[in-house]
Amino acid sequence: MGKVAIIGVGQSKFVRKYPGSLRELAFEGFKEAITDAGITNNEIDASVFCSAPEYDKQRSPSAVVAEYLGLNPQPTFYVETLCSSSSTGLKLAYSMVASGLHDVVAIIGLQKMSEISSAESQERMGRGADIQWESPFGTMMPAYYAMHAQAHIDKYGTTLEDLAAIRVKAATYGQINDRAVYRKAVTPEMFTDPDNMMSGTVSSPLRVGDCCANADGTSCLIVANEEKAKQFCKKPIWILGVGTASASVNLTGRDRVHGLLAAEQAAQKAYTMAGVGPKDIDVAEVHDCFTIAELLAYEALGFADPGGGKELIQGQETYKEGSIPVNVDGGLLSKGHPIGATGGSQIRTIVLQLRGEAGDMQVQDPQIGLVHNIGGVGIYGNVTILGNQ
Amino acid sequence: MSKAKKQEDVRFGKFGTVSFTKTTRVNDFIDYLENGKVMYTHCKTCGVNYFPPRADCGGCLSSDTEWKEVTGNGKLVSYSQLKYAPVGFDEDLPYSIAMLDYGDYQVFGRLDSSLDIDTVKIGMEMTTVVNELPNGQLNYIFKKA
Repeated sequence: MGKVAIIGVGQSKFVRKYPGSLRELAFEGFKEAITDAGITNNEIDASVFCSAPEYDKQRSPSAVVAEYLGLNPQPTFYVETLCSSSSTGLKLAYSMVASGLHDVVAIIGLQKMSEISSAESQERMGRGADIQWESPFGTMMPAYYAMHAQAHIDKYGTTLEDLAAIRVKAATYGQINDRAVYRKAVTPEMFTDPDNMMSGTVSSPLRVGDCCANADGTSCLIVANEEKAKQFCKKPIWILGVGTASASVNLTGRDRVHGLLAAEQAAQKAYTMAGVGPKDIDVAEVHDCFTIAELLAYEALGFADPGGGKELIQGQETYKEGSIPVNVDGGLLSKGHPIGATGGSQIRTIVLQLRGEAGDMQVQDPQIGLVHNIGGVGIYGNVTILGNQ
Repeated sequence: MSKAKKQEDVRFGKFGTVSFTKTTRVNDFIDYLENGKVMYTHCKTCGVNYFPPRADCGGCLSSDTEWKEVTGNGKLVSYSQLKYAPVGFDEDLPYSIAMLDYGDYQVFGRLDSSLDIDTVKIGMEMTTVVNELPNGQLNYIFKKA
């Protein structure tokens, strides 16, 4: 198969409530990505639209978005894997280009979560689980990750202080990311002060400070084959590995709750395809919808041995200056988590890092970067490896 | 003369505080609950056990299954106590979701609300017991063995 590169990236500011329509939000990321790539919309052969449909009032949103962005009559379609929809979109676009079917494809990730009330949104989020057998018990996303946190604490002696340290790191970088929704500093003391909102339990043992916030936002990636990439782009970022896996929706089908098997399997596939290992990764973006999720990612990706995630954060190894910088754009915990846009936002961060264009968040001379993006509570595992060579 | 409409089998609407689907080919699960039994399914062709119950085997694709009862003790795999609830579950707060490991299958459900959460430990032996909710719906809960 031919080589495929990312030649343009874009992202809107992630905000609590976007004051415009879904198609107008899509325009923001797309315009930035097209401008970044130095092309026009006429050069786009096909588009892939990625979101979680339960938040959209619009049915079949790919059609209205393609129309608004001037992408007719090129083919467009819709893809969904919950919170990892736009990583899946990238894998599909990669396949479309590598197969020779298309030359240049746009991947548009979007979520306008404020289309519905937050109570409605919480209820719909819960329906990302098994609605026949689990949802009738009153499940919600934080509670599932909380069960993983409880199991990890029990098995490996991870502490609530370790989890708080992950949020503190996220906030360190969220403060310097002008696209993030949460830009204030967070201290460990906020988690132990009963009067501080951060310390309030959401679902034991996870506290408010352990959880990311909903947001409205969009991301856009433009991918191209080798010929077009070299024609349009001075710094193409090559897609080296796209690993994906799935797991049972119902927790009863899982062999563990102290980790996410689909993430481990996706990582193995991505490493094998790219011909690299964990030690070759210079910078990473991982799916930190909850603090525990980042800790699980350290272990799933092989940055730490099973149970060793806590030592990475204790030693500040995942800070910008550490041995494996992770989420130095503030992660989902700071940026917010507009479901369908999240993966594309993570990929954009790594593309900017590998180009040396990440500004204050720039890691020193990275060559290879990794993106870990999870749909649901480990239902969909997506690991993407990118390189600047 | 029009024939009387066949009654739709909506028994599953009785499962849980809020049920999100009323029809399923394993609706008999509800009849068993009403008789105080929590059941799983066993594939008679390849021998795999399923909880939650299934009408069709995901391994050999046979639909020749039989009901078996969840009995004895399971080990607590993990749990979490919710302080916020999705729409429709506020009246139940606080409640805890949990999973038990029975060896060749696992059961996802709720902890007995009368349990002191501070005494709950991963690995503890628990049993699965049918429970009637205040709104007349049925579910099952995990009690200390």
